[in-house]
Amino acid sequence: MTPLLTIIVLILVAIAIWQMTKIFELSQIKTDNSQIANDKDNKYNGYLMFGFLIFIYALTIFSFWKYSKVLLPEAASEHGEEYDSLMLVSFIIIFFVQTLTQGLLHYFAFKYRGEKGRKALFFADNDRLEFIWTIIPVIVLSGLILWGLYAWTNIMDINDEDDPITIELYAQQFSWTARYAGDDNVLGDANVRMIDIDNANILGIDMADPNAADDVIVREIHLPVGRKVNFKMRSQDVLHSAYMPHFRAQMNCVPGMITQFSFTPTITTAEMRQKPDVVDKVKGINKQRAERAAKGEDNTDPWEFDYILLCNKICGKSHYNMQMKIIVETEEEYNKWMAEQKSFGESMASVQ
Amino acid sequence: MSVTAHAHVEDHSDDHGHHHKETFVTKYIFSEDHKMISKQYLVTGLIMGFIGIAMSILFRMQLAWPGEAFPLFEAVLGKWAPGGVMDADVYLALVTIHGTIMVFFVLTAGLSGTFSNLLIPLQIGARDMASGFMNMVSYWLFFLASVIIVISLFVESGPAAAGWTVYPPLSALPMAQPGSGLGMTLWLVAMAIFIASSLLGSLNYIVTVINLRTKGMSMTRLPLTIWALFVTAIIGVISFPVLFAAALLLIMDRSFGTSFFLSDIFIQGEVLHYQGGSPVLYEHLFWFLGHPEVYIVILPAMGIVSEIMAVNARKPIFGYRAMIASILAIAFLSTIVWGHHMFISGMNPFLGSVFTFTTLLIAIPSAVKAFNWITTLWKGNLQLNPAMLFSIGMVSTFISGGLTGIILGDSTLDINVHDTYFVVAHFHLVMGISAIYGFFAGVYHWFPKMYGRMMNKNLGYVHFWITAICSYGVFFPMHFVGMAGVPRRYYENTAFPMFDDLADVQILMTVFAIIAALVQLVFCYNFIKSMFYGKKAEQNPWQATSLEWTTPVEHIHGNWPGAIPEVHRWAYDYSKTHENGEYIIPGQDYVPQTIPLQKDEEELQH
Repeated sequence: MTPLLTIIVLILVAIAIWQMTKIFELSQIKTDNSQIANDKDNKYNGYLMFGFLIFIYALTIFSFWKYSKVLLPEAASEHGEEYDSLMLVSFIIIFFVQTLTQGLLHYFAFKYRGEKGRKALFFADNDRLEFIWTIIPVIVLSGLILWGLYAWTNIMDINDEDDPITIELYAQQFSWTARYAGDDNVLGDANVRMIDIDNANILGIDMADPNAADDVIVREIHLPVGRKVNFKMRSQDVLHSAYMPHFRAQMNCVPGMITQFSFTPTITTAEMRQKPDVVDKVKGINKQRAERAAKGEDNTDPWEFDYILLCNKICGKSHYNMQMKIIVETEEEYNKWMAEQKSFGESMASVQ
Repeated sequence: MSVTAHAHVEDHSDDHGHHHKETFVTKYIFSEDHKMISKQYLVTGLIMGFIGIAMSILFRMQLAWPGEAFPLFEAVLGKWAPGGVMDADVYLALVTIHGTIMVFFVLTAGLSGTFSNLLIPLQIGARDMASGFMNMVSYWLFFLASVIIVISLFVESGPAAAGWTVYPPLSALPMAQPGSGLGMTLWLVAMAIFIASSLLGSLNYIVTVINLRTKGMSMTRLPLTIWALFVTAIIGVISFPVLFAAALLLIMDRSFGTSFFLSDIFIQGEVLHYQGGSPVLYEHLFWFLGHPEVYIVILPAMGIVSEIMAVNARKPIFGYRAMIASILAIAFLSTIVWGHHMFISGMNPFLGSVFTFTTLLIAIPSAVKAFNWITTLWKGNLQLNPAMLFSIGMVSTFISGGLTGIILGDSTLDINVHDTYFVVAHFHLVMGISAIYGFFAGVYHWFPKMYGRMMNKNLGYVHFWITAICSYGVFFPMHFVGMAGVPRRYYENTAFPMFDDLADVQILMTVFAIIAALVQLVFCYNFIKSMFYGKKAEQNPWQATSLEWTTPVEHIHGNWPGAIPEVHRWAYDYSKTHENGEYIIPGQDYVPQTIPLQKDEEELQH
């Protein structure tokens, strides 16, 4: 009902505007009908330009005040901290330039609005000015490029130092599966041509590969805090993208090749749930959910914060609901969880 | 002597139209006259724009009120909205076709096709395009492509739905999604024809600008519109064939069992035979066009805005040569930055570093352009016609949208905002809205040239101000949605409780989008009404210097009734004065390009 009402209101607003312009037009017939801006038009639109500048600033302030709470919480990974700082610095530069240039643009549009008899200044070029506004972006961008490239090289340098855990993320329409490399920390070979659904070999693991037996296949990722994780991504059908926004991590999953990403989680799920902004966010969302529950709607169970893996590359009908939970916990909790899991070898044995 | 020259030219122009009678078909349908072809492009582009925008309203409503039943959906989408609830597949189809139509059919053909055809001959002083026939074929191929893409909406299994980039394997395998059946075949056929159309048009524009400039019209006296359209055509010729290759290889993979882009696929319980191909290869080929494409879209808008700003500010464009240099720099860089769409595609991270470097470089010529436009306004005598408002609006959205490019172009920062709504907000502001503003500016400004009548300015003002507010209303908050981590192309966000608190932002954006779409009807009304009942235009309503305003209001084949005028100066002698402060032509603040240099007047080295 609400949407229908909204649409009706909008249509009425549109009709009102149309009628108003018509009246406006009719009242102007006697005066000037050249359809070229006259002094009056220049004046009104000049003032509107100034008003529009205020609108842009106000919209910016409003959005920050109202929507800052929806943003992602602080990064939960080691490289994420640097990511956040680079993002912050870039944003400060952007807002400075945005405020300045929008200010000048609209203020000039207001200040120099046309008047009969005013003489514009014939000002065709000025080498010094142009040099200044070429060189300033060059310097600022050089800084950003260098910092960005330094960070990028570090993030993308995926190696086996510091005893990382190796985990395969396996994507298919429309779910994720994870495979831990097990005690030897080496993933068994796999290829879609070896998939054998009837015998529960859903990832196409090569059963003859000795590294495969201790692999552990799970539907929920657990990570020990402070330990580096090397993810190897695979897809069995179309492109997917493994997006872990809280860790500032993302990599596409491409059929026919193995892609990789690596990060070190720094905050456990339990710690993250205690962070003030997360507490606020959860409280706000649960309040909304409670209100919807009161109206008898579905999907209103209270929510508890969790890290999440989303699919972020269009992959078909249920692309919007392709997810897996990620839990970051202490080393002991992780070891306990891992001990409960069945290895690939064990589960194959139980099938046969 | 001048009499004989005159007679010769007269004779030449007569060949074009006066001797043989024009029928309705040769005048309005298979016309070879560039002015008529430009109007054909404009009207086709507007109709496609109407379809594209209507689609965006449908999926915006789904995003704001997920899963809600709307009678509108059932009426428009039929079986794809059972009970008025939009189906997830058709949601993807809508975003795909919206993107395709807006990028290619509206902003490439509608914008560059309309204004290249109208302005190139008129502003360089030519009787028509180098090849009128090729020009006609170019339009009709575009028309055919438009018809095919519209027909694909009515296919049983639905239109293409793999996103406007149609990445394989999703687009290659009909079992991966229903839209990848006949719908995708039609999409590829339409694009192939579209590319042929675009190439014919572009080659024609390039040849015309190089060969048919009138006497005295050196390259450095060309209006910036021509520079922009000329360079746009060059990038089109360089990059569109690569998309053609990509489309062709995709057709082979789909229909003839080759494996250019496919490998190791297990779908619906069986392994497919494809081996050795790579979807990443397709991404490279697609973006080798795809990135220059965004400049193909924005450069004509930049040229139009530069021209209109100078005319309405009654000032020369600031830094004419720097503007040309930045167009050339942007064009060059645009062909070596495509990889910034692929930072996390699985390509070698070293390539990511290279593309970060080239991408951030492109910010420099863009910044130069923005500052030059702002300086053009400084100390002007701004005539705030609707075209001028849209030009100022274009600079505003180009800056707002362009600045966030610094984040997306940085491979590190791209990791977490890639494919989120942050990207959607960025490109809609910087190329979508900006190019549309350039398009509207051009229509308001050259409407008198096209139809011999004026558009209503008050309706123009209403159109501009509501559109301007709504565009920011839609796309500014959208950055926050992206920063919250919401992926694009999600049918609904309700599967993730962490996105629940964004519900009210979604509604706000949708309401702004609906108002913005409705106010475009004001433009349609104004456009159609002015075409027939608008006030008759004078020959040079905006008091501009460029050559198109020296032609008579009534269109004639061959543009000028007599000899083609000779050009003696650049196109931006607005408010030029003698040393004593008097205008060059007393009482008139502009000097048309056809006026010879006056006594003691200096031609500045611009």
